[in-house]
Amino acid sequence: MFESLSIISLGLLSGFVFGFLLQKGGVTKYEVIVKQFLLQDFTVLKTMLTAIVVGGFGVYFLEGQGLAKLSIKPAILVANIGGGLIFGVGMVLLGLCPGTAVAALGERNGRAFFGTLGMLTGAWIQAETYGPISGCAKWVDLGSLTLSQVLKVSPMVVLTGLAVISVSLFLTIEFFERRKQASV
Amino acid sequence: MNLLRSKQWSPYLVGTCLGILTWFTFGVAKKALGVSTNFSQVVKVAETAVAPEHAKSVTYFTDYKVPTAFGWEAGIFVGLIIGGLVASWLSGDTSGTKLPELWTQRFGTSRAKSSALAFIAGIILIYGARLAGGCTSGHGISGSLQLAVSSWAFFFSLFASGLATAFLVFRKTTLTTTTSQK
Repeated sequence: MFESLSIISLGLLSGFVFGFLLQKGGVTKYEVIVKQFLLQDFTVLKTMLTAIVVGGFGVYFLEGQGLAKLSIKPAILVANIGGGLIFGVGMVLLGLCPGTAVAALGERNGRAFFGTLGMLTGAWIQAETYGPISGCAKWVDLGSLTLSQVLKVSPMVVLTGLAVISVSLFLTIEFFERRKQASV
Repeated sequence: MNLLRSKQWSPYLVGTCLGILTWFTFGVAKKALGVSTNFSQVVKVAETAVAPEHAKSVTYFTDYKVPTAFGWEAGIFVGLIIGGLVASWLSGDTSGTKLPELWTQRFGTSRAKSSALAFIAGIILIYGARLAGGCTSGHGISGSLQLAVSSWAFFFSLFASGLATAFLVFRKTTLTTTTSQK
């Protein structure tokens, strides 16, 4: 029923740092999440894009040195897109996503508690109802595909492009946020 | 230290630290950071204990390779709670225990209503995550940084539907803020 103690401890440690950072980042807050989707607060996007760019360069570097193994989830586009569309509705209604909801449990957040109970129930409903829809859920299966394979360039090139786009976006957001603050 | 006691860190600092955390998970633990698999795993373990024959017939567990034994994901789950607890305790941040202002503006002050809607939202949230094969962590961060097509497809669709949902739900609330600004 349990795997080795070492992997559980590594999970515990990673989870601790993860939860700590999410709480400090403010993304365990209903307002921060919902206002991202109302385009009034860009904390979620800033945090995620920074993590993706910093993480991406490091992980691909480690992989190049033979120190890390990638695990690319298969591109099954109907399931990925359909799931994403459903997820977005849930994320706005709860004002949290699975990771931030669990971290918010540590804040004694009542909505996170009922949200987590809902997620357990939802995981059960999802597993039980998957059978009949499993046929359609496997449509457009492209296998383990990455953007660098699609664009036929090295991952570092894609990551550099992503870094440029992210920094430009951050500068634009900061410009408008400063202007909005000045006008208040 | 001031930083540890501070209520909110810069998103760029948090993002950078999260990025470095993924170097650790991929490099040392040889695993991707993810949260939603754990929920399917709890269901699988529970079903295997209560109705083993039925659990074997659930194709989702085999199709999505849901692990049988608690390990990495379960560790993350418990770690997340402790991390959130310590971080909020250090800064004395108790805002999580109150109903959010934006929520009460739109839905009123009823705790029962808030809890019921949070429960339903949780169902929708994890249904989407498990169908897609991951959530904002497994796809959104770990998958996107590996440049996975699946993860970027998930990322864009979650943002599109989140935007539509937020503007639909808060269309009146948003209108008042815009008018008051003018």
